[in-house]
Amino acid sequence: KIYEPEVHSDRRKWRMRSVSVDLNNDASLVIDIPDALCERDKVKFTVHTKTTLSSFQKPEFSVPRQHEDFIWLHDTIVETEEYAGFIIPPAPPKPDFEGPREKMHKLGEGESSMTKEEYAKMKQELEAEYLAVFKKTVQVHEVFLQRLSSHPMFRKDRNFQIFLEYDQDLSVRRKNAKEMFGGFFKNMVKSADEVLISGVKEVDEFFEQEKNFLLDYSIKIKDATAKAEKMTRSHKNVADDYNHISGALNNTAADNNTAFKNMCVLQKVEDRMASDQELKLTELLRYYTRDIQAAKDLLYRRARALADYENSNKALDKARLKGKDVAQAEENQKQCLQKFDKLSESGKKELTSFKARRVVAFRKNLIEMTELEIKHAKNSVSLLQGSIEILKSN
Amino acid sequence: MSCMRRFCHETQSHDSLHSCMCRRSVALLLLKMSEERDPAALSGSAQTEGEEDLFVSAMESPEAARLSAEDISPSSNGPRDDDPDDPDDLFAEATEEVSLDSPERQPILSDGPSPAITPVTISPRVDVFDRSPDLDEDEEENRDTFDIQISVSDPEKVGDGMNAYMVYKVMTKTSLSIFSRDEVCVKRRFSDFLGLHSKLASKYMHMGYIVPPAPEKSIVGMTKVKVGKEDLSSVEFVEKRRSALERYLLRTVKHPALLKDPDVLQFLESSELPRAVSTQALSGAGILRMVNKAADAVNKMTIKMNESDAWFEEKQQQFENLDVQLRKLHASVESLVCHRKELSVNTASFAKSAAMLGNSEDHTALSRALSQLAEVEEKIDQLHQDQSYADFYLISELLGDYVRLITAVKGVFDQRMKAWAKWQDAQVMLQRKREAEAKLQYASKPDKLQQATDEIREWEGKVQQGERDFEQISKNIRREVGRFEKDRVKDFRVVIIKYLESLVHTQQQLIKYWEAFLPEAKAIA
Repeated sequence: KIYEPEVHSDRRKWRMRSVSVDLNNDASLVIDIPDALCERDKVKFTVHTKTTLSSFQKPEFSVPRQHEDFIWLHDTIVETEEYAGFIIPPAPPKPDFEGPREKMHKLGEGESSMTKEEYAKMKQELEAEYLAVFKKTVQVHEVFLQRLSSHPMFRKDRNFQIFLEYDQDLSVRRKNAKEMFGGFFKNMVKSADEVLISGVKEVDEFFEQEKNFLLDYSIKIKDATAKAEKMTRSHKNVADDYNHISGALNNTAADNNTAFKNMCVLQKVEDRMASDQELKLTELLRYYTRDIQAAKDLLYRRARALADYENSNKALDKARLKGKDVAQAEENQKQCLQKFDKLSESGKKELTSFKARRVVAFRKNLIEMTELEIKHAKNSVSLLQGSIEILKSN
Repeated sequence: MSCMRRFCHETQSHDSLHSCMCRRSVALLLLKMSEERDPAALSGSAQTEGEEDLFVSAMESPEAARLSAEDISPSSNGPRDDDPDDPDDLFAEATEEVSLDSPERQPILSDGPSPAITPVTISPRVDVFDRSPDLDEDEEENRDTFDIQISVSDPEKVGDGMNAYMVYKVMTKTSLSIFSRDEVCVKRRFSDFLGLHSKLASKYMHMGYIVPPAPEKSIVGMTKVKVGKEDLSSVEFVEKRRSALERYLLRTVKHPALLKDPDVLQFLESSELPRAVSTQALSGAGILRMVNKAADAVNKMTIKMNESDAWFEEKQQQFENLDVQLRKLHASVESLVCHRKELSVNTASFAKSAAMLGNSEDHTALSRALSQLAEVEEKIDQLHQDQSYADFYLISELLGDYVRLITAVKGVFDQRMKAWAKWQDAQVMLQRKREAEAKLQYASKPDKLQQATDEIREWEGKVQQGERDFEQISKNIRREVGRFEKDRVKDFRVVIIKYLESLVHTQQQLIKYWEAFLPEAKAIA
């Protein structure tokens, strides 16, 4: 994707256009986010849909959506009982403009004490950082929608359709939903899953393996994400330093100017290396940390269903003993078993395809990251060698 | 006939802040020089263009010397007219003496501690001004055949506890004839270097020579070493210091005049060196140094010089600007060094984490790829570390050196101001003496009149000397600044090239590592 920033007179307004080349695998429902507008740190995404499905009113349409709308959609899907056996695509994280905001602050404060070049440089840095945050947040919101559209069940979801199509503001619906669920369920899931999952007596070999794997992997991937974030941030700091150094060098060495101007470009290359590493590696890890959590949530729901089934068994035994409400207890037990079986069946499918998806994503991103690193490094080498030539010939 | 004269020159400045100081120095009487010496070796006042001028100045100087000889405070030694031929005269008294280019090649060394007190005024030392015949035209040739290598290595700790110190091996390899051997190895400690610098500064700074500053003291750093901490930071500190000492010596011998200085030669060659205690911060000498520094600072503010030469004004402004910019640059580079170190640490940490993730991953091919990724990142972390050393030792230290060098350059400009002030003061004095004489003309005190007339002659001489000194230092500074700028450009270019080459190497290694990893990533199935 290529993002071209259009900067308006109010420099806090940014509009990105993306030239999308991507991976909607089913032509019957194709979703992308071609456009995003950042106004006072509130992002408005343009969600664009192309569909051949008759359930939609038009074959092609676009709507503006805010981050909170995505969260609403995610939450309603999570709360939907029918989807208990599926891995719910993780909600996209809130757009985080803290970094650029800080830089903007510094820029504003230090404007009087900086030279024109320094100011221009800092502004450039700022724009680059905004661009990076943008790229990330658009990507992650887009992927969320594409996961839904490519899933056989989710794509048919009523709320999903409303999200894509409804040309009015969704904020009223959002408020209602909040009142209904209050986010309680989500919190419960987060705190209880570890305990419940590890406590379950697992008969099924597949799920036993999956449980052990997911519990361990989720810890490791969380750690790897944190370390990758630190590493990428350090890399950005180094790139920033090159920026300042090249600025200062321009002032001192009038005699060796061309070579030092190359330091400027070197900085851009370092910066690109850092952000590509971030997009491909760090973002990948971040995403899969969330996805692993979603997989664990599935296990949790299944474990709860198993617990319910075991309870229903006990209730049935009690009822039989007492001779009261046996039919009811039998019915309850049957339903619990059904639910548990359904969850196990779909859960198995989901977890298997999840692994496949994960492997593919890692492969793709690792290859892309490596190719980009090689490209940038080769770029650096030729730049540097050019500078060395110039200096030696002087 | 060799005449050695020792005399004391005492200043009586109207400025109460100028402390009254006594400095004994030795001046070769130029009578002898003009007779026996090769005129070329004299060089007279360096403004000379042709050989006639050499003789002219040779004739002038004895006058000056004689004049100065009469300006003696009663408390000092008078000129030793009684034993002019005694070469031992020099060493008969424990004086702080100036090294000279004597025709017999007897290096006259500063024995004992170097003058801790920087003289405020310049005693007429025409000879010292007039030495270094090789400068100017011959300078370029000399630099082409500049063949001397110096290394500072093998730091060794001597002693224990708070009295411990580090000793460094200083090895000089050269084909230059002023050295007695091709290869010399001596052991020196940090205070020896400081002592050397102190002597060189006192001898040459007031002549307008830019004397390279010695590396800075560091109480914290040294204390750690003394206490015996074998950790990374004290190892780094010793290495940083070793490198700085080496650069210091190399810069010092690059200066054509300093290279020939007997103190420098002694430092590089002689196996024993008297301990330079006056370099300690809290010694009597150290305190006097601080007092002088304060005095100098105040003087700088009170001297308002009428700059007639635009070149100096321009240059001073240039150096001010350069100073500011270099400091800024230095700060940015220090930030880079710090961040790169952080990057190295964080990369290593990520590598470990990726390895653990790889272990946990149950898909075999992906697991292997993640482990490989961890290995690559580990190698990269080492790369970052090495690069940060390059950042530091190549660039950051160079910038630090130049920030200190610029301070020395600014100091030299200040010396010129002082020379100017002294000249002006002499003119004022002369005027007063003339007025005094005029008054005495009307009183009938013949002996006082005679004295007044004598004094006028004396101060006329001083005015002339002051003007000559001022012109000499101005000329020296022009030459020094030219040399400095050429060196600076060259220095920076050499270092930047080395640095860029180190960056190239790092990037090429990165390419190698990632290209090795790529098939692993593609092999994930």
